[in-house]
Amino acid sequence: MTSNLKTQIRAFIIENYLFGDTSHPLDDATSLIENDIIDSTGVLELVTYLEDTFQISVHDSEIVPSNLDSISSIASYVASKTILQQSVA
Amino acid sequence: MRIESILRQTAKRLGNKTVLIAGDKRLSYAELDDLSDRLAASLWSQGITRGDRVLVFMNNCWEATVAIYAILKAGAVFSPINASTKADKLAYIVENCRARAIITQEKLSAIAVEAIGLNRACELVVARAGDESSHPGTHSFSRMLQVAPPSVLHGGIDVDLAMLIYTSGSTGRPKGVMMSHRNIEAAAASITTYVQNVEDDIILNVLPLAFDYGLYQLFMTIRSGATLVLETSFGFPQAIFDVMRREHVTGFPLVPTMAALILQMRDMEPGFLPDLRYVTNTAAALPPAHIARLRELFPNVRLYSMYGLTECKRCTYLPPEQLEHRPGSVGIAIPNTEAFVVDDEGRAVEPGTVGELVIRGPHVMQGYWEDAEATGRMLRPGPNPWEKVLYTGDLFSMDREGYLYFVGRKDDIIKTRGEKVAPKEVEAVLHACEGIAEAVVVGVSDPVLGQAIRAIVVLSNPALTDREIIRYCAKNLEDFMVPKSVEFRASLPKTDTGKVSRRLAAEPQES
Repeated sequence: MTSNLKTQIRAFIIENYLFGDTSHPLDDATSLIENDIIDSTGVLELVTYLEDTFQISVHDSEIVPSNLDSISSIASYVASKTILQQSVA
Repeated sequence: MRIESILRQTAKRLGNKTVLIAGDKRLSYAELDDLSDRLAASLWSQGITRGDRVLVFMNNCWEATVAIYAILKAGAVFSPINASTKADKLAYIVENCRARAIITQEKLSAIAVEAIGLNRACELVVARAGDESSHPGTHSFSRMLQVAPPSVLHGGIDVDLAMLIYTSGSTGRPKGVMMSHRNIEAAAASITTYVQNVEDDIILNVLPLAFDYGLYQLFMTIRSGATLVLETSFGFPQAIFDVMRREHVTGFPLVPTMAALILQMRDMEPGFLPDLRYVTNTAAALPPAHIARLRELFPNVRLYSMYGLTECKRCTYLPPEQLEHRPGSVGIAIPNTEAFVVDDEGRAVEPGTVGELVIRGPHVMQGYWEDAEATGRMLRPGPNPWEKVLYTGDLFSMDREGYLYFVGRKDDIIKTRGEKVAPKEVEAVLHACEGIAEAVVVGVSDPVLGQAIRAIVVLSNPALTDREIIRYCAKNLEDFMVPKSVEFRASLPKTDTGKVSRRLAAEPQES
């Protein structure tokens, strides 16, 4: 499931922050902030996208680099949130 | 007094005190003084001398602060360059000011090498490159810090230039604003007076050091004997708030975009930054609703609305106790300066009448680097025969008690994310993009950015998409100058003389 998630998140990042430029080096572990791929308004757009696409609710305290600063951390974060929500349901 | 002398004095008084916290790195006043002495000696031995221009092309990092003071200690002039600047523009700046060196960091060094090109007069110093730099002919920053520093005797005085800070020019090319040591010190002294900075202050700065609002946090910190916490991004506000709580931050400079981001957060409790004493905002007035919410979130915090332009650093501030009574005002002239509103003939207008804001004081720039014409438009004769005053190009009105209100720009300059963008600079890039026949750039109102940049284009290649155009711009412009949206039209409105009319283009299209 995570690899599917990663593909989806990567596609969103390339489309929205790199404007479709696939030549930009973007590993799963690349820091999005340190490499100037997203800025502060970009993080908000990312949060809105994750909430809408994966039906999760992102709390302010979760908007931190360990959850959202790379494709793999975003994928793990989304996976943990969706599992949590399923178990609650 | 020269800016580096202020560091030397504070270092003598407070040597062991922490001046800078940047990530894991902490520098004391003595260390910053010593490291900048060493780099100054190395720059001097490389031939950098009094009056030479040296670019600081870096992110917010401790090395940038060392570089700035080292350049001044060598008697030279520093120019802070936004880290997202592309090679073309950097090359223009190198040529324009005949830069003798660029101090940069590893990840930007390829851009710096490209910008220097065949310009043999310009040296390259690369920080964090390890002992050996990856580009031949460049100097390693860390090696340059290893020399034992003989003191540099450059003979400079405080009316010498300290800084060239490039600002988006209405002609489409950036202009270098010339600030002397005395200009910078006058502005920093004035601001620290009304913000009431003290030695115990700990200031958090996420704004780029290449942006004067961010840069002056450094000067204000050092002249107050305070501490600066330097961060690179406001992308994760929670992470910044953690740092602010851990370091007991007392001062927090904002731009409206950051305020909008904070106010979009959902779980903030009033008083979540318990040590905070003051918050400043500049670049554009905050909407009254934002002011009200900020006051709720930051009880007992002095909130300053301010206004300024690079050409004099800062013009006005609203004393915090006035915020409730005049939330739409950006206040009064900063201490030891004057601000007045004039008509087209330069005569002061009555309260309530709109006119151009004019600034007088020791913080007004020396002019634009080697651009007498542009300088003449901004610096004009004032009320006294012995001096020039600064015509800001901003339209203001003043109320009966002397408080100032921003009305609009006289020209087409767009203010986005707190930074000024000249439409022509963006249009020049669009015109170079294959497949675009005509382009005009306008600012559209945006709740977070203040104004967002919109490109209105006529295509010669109908297959070109908005994404491709934005990507092209992202490769050729600093981040904040890249259009957020693209609108396609069959033609652009023209004036009687056949020029594209930005004003008519900005009007909404009838559908």
